[in-house]
Amino acid sequence: MKTRDQIALQEAESETIKITGAEAVIRCLLAEGVDLIYGYPGGAIMPVYDELYKFQDQLNHVLTRHEQGATHAAQGFARTSGKVGVAIATSGPGATNLVTGIADAQIDSTPMVCITGQVASHLLGSDAFQETDIIGLSTPVTKWNYQITKASEIPEIFAKAFYVAKSGRPGPVLIDITKDAQFNSFNFSYKKCLGVRSYKPVPELDLDAVTQAAELINNAEKPFIVWGQGVILGRAEQEFKDFVEKSGIPAAWTILGLSALATSHPQNVGMVGMHGNYGPNILTNECDLLIAIGMRFDDRVTGDLNTYAKQAKVIHFEIDPAEVDKNVKADLPVLGNCKESLKVLLPLVEKKSHPKWMQRFNDLMKIEINEVIDKDLRPRKEGLSMGEVIVSINKYTKGDAVIVTDVGQHQMVACRYAEFIRSKSNVTSGGLGTMGFALPAALGAKMGAPEREVVAVIGDGGYQMTIQELGTIFQTQAAVKIVVLNNDFLGMVRQWQQLFFDKRYASTEMVNPDFVTIAKGYFLDAKRVDKRKNLDAAVAEMIASDKPYFLEVCVEKEDNVFPMIPTGASVSDIRLK
Amino acid sequence: MADKELKTYTISIYSENNVGLLNRISSIFLKRHFNIESLTTSQSEIKDVFRFVIVVNIDEERVKKLIQQIEKQVDVIKAYYHTDEETIFQETALYKVKSSSLFEERHIQNIIKESHANIVTVSPEFFVIEKTGFRNETDRLHQDLAPFGLLQFVRSGRISVTKSKMEITELLSKFKKDN
Repeated sequence: MKTRDQIALQEAESETIKITGAEAVIRCLLAEGVDLIYGYPGGAIMPVYDELYKFQDQLNHVLTRHEQGATHAAQGFARTSGKVGVAIATSGPGATNLVTGIADAQIDSTPMVCITGQVASHLLGSDAFQETDIIGLSTPVTKWNYQITKASEIPEIFAKAFYVAKSGRPGPVLIDITKDAQFNSFNFSYKKCLGVRSYKPVPELDLDAVTQAAELINNAEKPFIVWGQGVILGRAEQEFKDFVEKSGIPAAWTILGLSALATSHPQNVGMVGMHGNYGPNILTNECDLLIAIGMRFDDRVTGDLNTYAKQAKVIHFEIDPAEVDKNVKADLPVLGNCKESLKVLLPLVEKKSHPKWMQRFNDLMKIEINEVIDKDLRPRKEGLSMGEVIVSINKYTKGDAVIVTDVGQHQMVACRYAEFIRSKSNVTSGGLGTMGFALPAALGAKMGAPEREVVAVIGDGGYQMTIQELGTIFQTQAAVKIVVLNNDFLGMVRQWQQLFFDKRYASTEMVNPDFVTIAKGYFLDAKRVDKRKNLDAAVAEMIASDKPYFLEVCVEKEDNVFPMIPTGASVSDIRLK
Repeated sequence: MADKELKTYTISIYSENNVGLLNRISSIFLKRHFNIESLTTSQSEIKDVFRFVIVVNIDEERVKKLIQQIEKQVDVIKAYYHTDEETIFQETALYKVKSSSLFEERHIQNIIKESHANIVTVSPEFFVIEKTGFRNETDRLHQDLAPFGLLQFVRSGRISVTKSKMEITELLSKFKKDN
């Protein structure tokens, strides 16, 4: 077997060697710097798995317990490592099981390459065993996809797939490979993709637009920044922080932008959107200049568009031209990678502070603390609140953990209260809202950043959607800390039923199993907490462990998440109760 | 607010000739419930570059967003939209009529002559008339021939060229230079 150096040397010389399509797949992955993939074997992908066996010292394959788990793990890996996540599956059900994760990666702009086996090309269209049209199925949810039917196509398509997945606004790419293309031999050589003529990943930076932006910013009296994941994906955290500090402008985040700027930064005024903070939502409709950076005005952020920031001029820093004017009309779009545009902008921005304007945020924060946050974090009820669990996690991780969340009440609470001191620390399913995301994503997040503490905070509903990945966590011994906030309800849906459906709790109450016993069944250290006095010690023990650890916290059954903007309402109609 | 007036727009897409792109393009319309009035694909003036001509009836704000979504596709080189005034466009229709009516009804020959249609083929059983023109012209011929019994009628999607220049060649050669 050749060492990696030998292969690298061989590739550098771009020597042509005769190999099978299946081996070519592995060599393409190695050439792209991939050393870890997630997947599940099956008939139509077996030739590639056979090569994985031969290359196992160079390419680690993690066997998840379901293909959906493989995609979420690849996503978690991508989100903490900044690299492309790779998931692999067989044809038919293997391929269809990837679709949820692909859709999640598409809407949350996560770079991912999915590889699926396909029936032999002579069987295509014959309804062969485990044949499914995964190209047709995945088209609306992939950035790009392609079906390989000849081995010789493999190098070029893989090179293009990785290029497309990670360049510009990242996204998922799916490559479907027929079984005969895996078996057949051809002359292999690999050349990285440097460009695709029909695809412009980053629009050219318009210097005039940046100059105009600086003018608007310098003249604004009540400017307000809302930033999104674009800052993280563009690796623009430093440029962003410099801009925030020099301009003195209050800045709020979308759920995917979280952790790009430290929670404790004095100008970080919190989250916008449905369960965001009081001040940023209300003052969206009072600012005179809204500076959107790497965000896409999702409906959960904007509420009713007809009453969203109508008084303000809008500057939109955006890499994807299709996002400009999609939901909110931008008075000034600034296309390009925000790392570049913010760098050019910085010297043009006057050093300022906005004490009076900032005070408005602080005043509204005081109201929110009194009405909501105090109750969440220092409850006087007997039952535990989700918020105090997050506070305890903050305490023992010192805000330096990667927090992986699922979808629902616990997600909103965790994102509202978790503290972050560095970027790429918040992994959640934002756009698609995929329950079942967190457990496998946490595994991937840990493998993407092995030196970091990774804490998954999950509800009892979502946890049971991908609970089988405990098996993968046990097998890999990835030291993920799993906290299930158990209220025996599908809490967010129950909250809506309480508020908008006269408490008709249709199918939201869960009769749950003994989660601790289940975790122990997977040989994981596990504990349950249901009393306040035991919480800190349990969290401390979990964080101190260097192994995977499961902690169930039984929380108040019918707590609600506030503030809240009801669907279709204006951001300024945010409710505190 | 933007102009919400519904209008006929011709969308022109220059793309790579990749299997599956049609699916990708049509899913953009499907997702937004936009009806495609007609769709034609063919090669373009540039070697290995494909062209789609899609006709939609929507307001300008929406057609702009459609163009953004279409251009976002990796295999799409460039997409444009134009009004009828900005394009030269035609449709082709074929009419299959029983041969007996051609010989028995003198009037039908006048209709063909006056409409500037062509007879494509004549057989003992049927003959086929071709008419290329605007929608109202092919419609009128349809109306005129209908009383004689149309065995088959079919009309193509719109094909169109723009009055303004399409700068695809420049775009592609710039890419070649940069890479």
